[in-house]
Amino acid sequence: MRKGYLYRIIFVAMVVLSAAWFTMTKPVKLGLDLKGGVYVLLEAKPEEGQRLDNEAMGRLIEVLNRRVNGLGVSESSVQKVGDRRVMVELPGITDTEQAINMIGKTALMEFKIQNTDGTLGETLLTGGALKSAAVSYDNLGRPQISFEMTLDGAAKFAEITRNNIGKQLAITMDGVVQTAPRINSEIAGGQGVITGNYTPEEAKNTASLLNAGALPVKAEILETRSVGATLGDESIAESKTAGMIAIGLIAVFMMVFYRLPGVVANLALICFGLITFATLNFFDATLTLPGIAGIILSVGMAVDANVIIFERIKEELRFGNTVMASIEAGFKKAFSTIMDSNITTLIITTILFTLGTGPVKGFAVTLTIGVLASMFTAITITKVLLRGFTMLFKIDKPILFGVRGK
Amino acid sequence: MKIKIIENRKKFFTFSTILVALALVSLVFKGVNYGLDFTGGNLIQVKFEKTMELKELNPILDEIAKEIPQLDNNSRKVQVSDGNVVIIRTPEMSEDVKNNFMKDLKEKSGEYDLLRSDKVGASVGEELKSTAIIALFVGLILIVGYITVRFEFKFALAAVIALFHDVIIAVGGIALLGYEVNTPFIAAVLTILGYSINDTIVVFDRIREVLRKKKVGSLGEAINLSVNQTLTRSLNTSFTTFLAILAILIFGGASLKVFITTLLIGVLIGTYSSIFLASPLIYLLDKDEKLEDIGHN
Repeated sequence: MRKGYLYRIIFVAMVVLSAAWFTMTKPVKLGLDLKGGVYVLLEAKPEEGQRLDNEAMGRLIEVLNRRVNGLGVSESSVQKVGDRRVMVELPGITDTEQAINMIGKTALMEFKIQNTDGTLGETLLTGGALKSAAVSYDNLGRPQISFEMTLDGAAKFAEITRNNIGKQLAITMDGVVQTAPRINSEIAGGQGVITGNYTPEEAKNTASLLNAGALPVKAEILETRSVGATLGDESIAESKTAGMIAIGLIAVFMMVFYRLPGVVANLALICFGLITFATLNFFDATLTLPGIAGIILSVGMAVDANVIIFERIKEELRFGNTVMASIEAGFKKAFSTIMDSNITTLIITTILFTLGTGPVKGFAVTLTIGVLASMFTAITITKVLLRGFTMLFKIDKPILFGVRGK
Repeated sequence: MKIKIIENRKKFFTFSTILVALALVSLVFKGVNYGLDFTGGNLIQVKFEKTMELKELNPILDEIAKEIPQLDNNSRKVQVSDGNVVIIRTPEMSEDVKNNFMKDLKEKSGEYDLLRSDKVGASVGEELKSTAIIALFVGLILIVGYITVRFEFKFALAAVIALFHDVIIAVGGIALLGYEVNTPFIAAVLTILGYSINDTIVVFDRIREVLRKKKVGSLGEAINLSVNQTLTRSLNTSFTTFLAILAILIFGGASLKVFITTLLIGVLIGTYSSIFLASPLIYLLDKDEKLEDIGHN
């Protein structure tokens, strides 16, 4: 018995210490709503006859990834959602307009012959033939895009120019003609420039879009969300205050109502907080605003398991049992109640996690971790502490549990 | 103090019926004020450098609406808070149209800081509605399943009626307040489901225990005894959760207001229903008095 208790103390101490370690050493990952940033949800819209299989989606994500990397955002993420959707998250970005433009554009570059009446012929070559693109400046200092083709592309380009001398070659971007110079002679080597009244900014964006490649499938922007950093900072500050006050109020209530066990419950509550944050960090979970609400809410619920146990202990004490026997019986009887009531909550959080998106998922994650952590702290930590205090101070007065002795 | 639950059950049923009826009336006649996440469209939140009033802003928006019909007086929704923070909601705009609008706004009404810009496609909104309903029903079915396995089908039925009661009243309350609901609202409603069932199960658990011990003569006595034995726990837990909710409501900022108000109504009504509604419902459902033999199972 004694030995078993010692092992338990060691176990609990280890859990709490490692939780503290995880909480202190790593900052919590913040969601876009707290940190500021851009969220874009795209849906692939295949054209008629085009098949949208896993491979096409894979290529789409690859191109999007290259584009996002071109934006130079750290911790950005491109993820497939469902069958045909892609979610792009760019934390900490300020120029949301540019980011959204860069992501949603198909950026399909095409070379076509422009007829004398202005109509365009069929596509002869696409941006896929390009090896690289960069911004350069013409004699007058106007920005333009110079490109270099792959060996294969250069050969085709030479052939096209050879066969069409005297005609106009249009270069289009997503169907819009950028420039249409007259072909004076065969162009070998596969190098060229696009001069299309660009601002330096546009030229830079277009060049990086060409480098990342065109989207293999048309993608439509379904949803965009962007949050400025100010709003995020405000939310963090407000939730911190709310969390502190919630914990403070609950701690005072527990001490007033439950006396010694209340003090124990408050210590357990601190352990609960450490374990919750450590678990969040361990799984690299992202903390969102609804997620914070989930944590604060689970503080309220964390106390519940303790309340159930303490009420049971009080009942046992009222029957005239000794303090130690009441503690044992109280924990034993409360166990099934705690399990049943928490499992139903976990059923709900599982549904929220499976069906929910973004903010709802964040809430489900923190509430799940919170419920599990609260069960763990109540069943192990509260018990170890309560027995420890009782033995250490040789407590035998029920009044310390808020029960008038017989 | 002892509450006579079974003897007074008619009063509790009447009270609940009235509340549910009121909630339904508010749902039918006022309806839920669906936000951007459900309806689709654009939302722009800006903070102007100077104070901005609706009187000043409306003519500017009318002017812009000549070119961008989405900003028409009938289709836009404008909200001013804190003197210079403005939220504008419009039907869906393309990226280009939105950018033009932002430029026009800057030219005509002065410098601002863009706090938030959201766009939700109409199809996404529709999906959200159907997902929410699926989530609700999957949740209910799983809970019925779990309680049936752990307890009895009658317990499950009573719990689910109490749940419907809680959810209808909470949603009706939010409709009555006219708050705009978005995705987090679904999370709040489902949390109420989890919270209320959690509360109810603690009472059911005690009823089961009392019935097994065979210390009481009838189901009615067993329910009365159980509810009273678990009363302190029910109230204390609700009170601590209530404290947490209250702290978020007062200090947690505007973005969580609807979410947390929904939870507040839900926790209050959930506590009431698990004490005064769910248990007498078992009594009502157990007309053939089979539950008194539960100890033999």
